[in-house]
Amino acid sequence: MNLEAIQENLPLYLSGALATFELLVISLLLGLLIAVPLGVLRSLRGSWISRVIWVYTYVFRGTPMLVQLFLIYYGLAQFEAVRESFAWPWLSSAWFCACLSFVLNTGAYTTEIIAGSIRALPAGEIEAAKSLGMSRWVMFRRIVLPSALRRSLPAYSNEAIFMLHGTSLASIVTIMDLTGAARQVNSTYYIPFEAFITAAVFYFLMTLSLVALFHKAEARWLKPLMPR
Amino acid sequence: MFLHGFLNSLLEGAGVTLSVALASLAMAMALGLLGAIAKLSKFRFARGLAYLYTTLIRGVPDLVLMLLIFYGGQVAVNEIALRLGHEEYIDINPYVAGVLTIGFIFGAYLTEAFRGAFLAVPPGQREAGLAFGLSGWQIAWRITLPQMFRHALPGLSNNWLVLIKSTAIVSVIGLSDLMTRGQQAAGSTREPFVFYLAVALIYLSFTSVSELIFNWLEKRFSIGVRKGTL
Repeated sequence: MNLEAIQENLPLYLSGALATFELLVISLLLGLLIAVPLGVLRSLRGSWISRVIWVYTYVFRGTPMLVQLFLIYYGLAQFEAVRESFAWPWLSSAWFCACLSFVLNTGAYTTEIIAGSIRALPAGEIEAAKSLGMSRWVMFRRIVLPSALRRSLPAYSNEAIFMLHGTSLASIVTIMDLTGAARQVNSTYYIPFEAFITAAVFYFLMTLSLVALFHKAEARWLKPLMPR
Repeated sequence: MFLHGFLNSLLEGAGVTLSVALASLAMAMALGLLGAIAKLSKFRFARGLAYLYTTLIRGVPDLVLMLLIFYGGQVAVNEIALRLGHEEYIDINPYVAGVLTIGFIFGAYLTEAFRGAFLAVPPGQREAGLAFGLSGWQIAWRITLPQMFRHALPGLSNNWLVLIKSTAIVSVIGLSDLMTRGQQAAGSTREPFVFYLAVALIYLSFTSVSELIFNWLEKRFSIGVRKGTL
C-alpha cells in the first residue's frame, strides 16, 4: 500500500472533488431551470410543442452522455462557422462543453420526470383549482407546479445521483475532477488500487450526502402530501 | 463516398458494443438474481453482503469502477502470477474487464429490481406449490420465477437502456467498440461532427429497438392479467 502518495496528493483530490461538485451543481441547477418550463409544455398532451420537446428528450435520453459530450466538444469544431463565431471561446473550452452537455442531458431526463408527475396529478386537485375559477397560469403556479415538483422528488433524487456519477465523464475531456485526479495519481505512481479507491470513497461520501439531502427534502415537502 | 467508407468499421464497432452489452446483461441478471435471493434470505450474513454490494456499487461512478477493475485487476493478476512463478507480463483483456465491470455494476441495480419483483408474487402462490408437494427448486422454476419475471420487466428494461449507454465508457480502456471506431474515423477524416452524429444515431437505433422489444415482451407477459379501469 502506498498511502504516502495519496496523502501527498490529497490537495489534488480535494480540488478534484470541488470541480466535481461545481460541475454537479451547475448541471443540476441549469438543467432544472430548463426542465421546469419544458416539463410543463411537454405535459400538454396532443400539442405540437409537446411533440417537439419529445424529440429533444428522446434523442438525449436515447444516446450515451459521452457521445453528446464528444459531439459538442470535438464535433462542433469541425465547422468553420463555429470556429469563427463569437461563441468559440466558450465552445473550445472543455469546462463549458462539459457543462453544456451535462445540462442538456439532465435537462432531458428531468423534463420527462416533471411532465410525468404533472400528468399523474390527481384529477381532483386540478378540478378544485378550476372550480375556484383560477386562470390557467394561476393554476399552474399555485396548484400544479408545487404539487408536481414535490411528487417528482423521489425520481429526481435518482437523477441527481446519476448526474453526480455522470460528471466523472468530464475527466475524459481533460478536466481535473475527482476521476481526473485519480487518473493522474495512478499514471504518476502506478498505484491503481489506492488511487481509484480514494476517488471512490469521495464519490461514495458525496452520494451519501445527496441521499441524505433528498431524504430531508422529501420529509419536508413530500411527506405532508402523502396519505397517512 | 458515404461516411468515407468508415460505415463498415462503425458497424463492426456496433457489433462489439452490442456483444459487450449482452454479455454484461447476462452477468448482471445472474448477479441480480443471486443478490435478490440473498437480500430475501433468512441468513443475516447473506443479507448483509448483498446490502453492502448494492450500496457500495450504487455509490460510485461506473467509470471509476471500470478504471479500478481494469488497472487494479492488471496489478493484482500480475502479482498473483508472479507469486505462482509466472514470469511473463499478463495483459488484461479490455473486453473481459468491460464486461466484468458493467455486469458487476448492473447486477447491483438488478438486485433491487428483482427483489421488488419477488415480493410482488403473492405468497399464496408459493404456498399452493408447497401444498402440492413440489420441491423448492420446482416451486422456483415453475411458479415463482415465471410470475416474478413479469414484475421485473419494467425494471429490467430501464436498466438495459442505461446499461447499453454505459458501454460507451469501455472505449476509455481501449476496447474497439462503437465509440472507439467513431473516434478513429473522426480523427482520420477530420469530420468529428459527422462521425459522432453517426455514432449517436446507431446508439439511438439500439435503444429504440430495445424499447419496442420490451413493449412487446410486456404485452406478451401480461396476457391474462386483469387491469382495473376507471
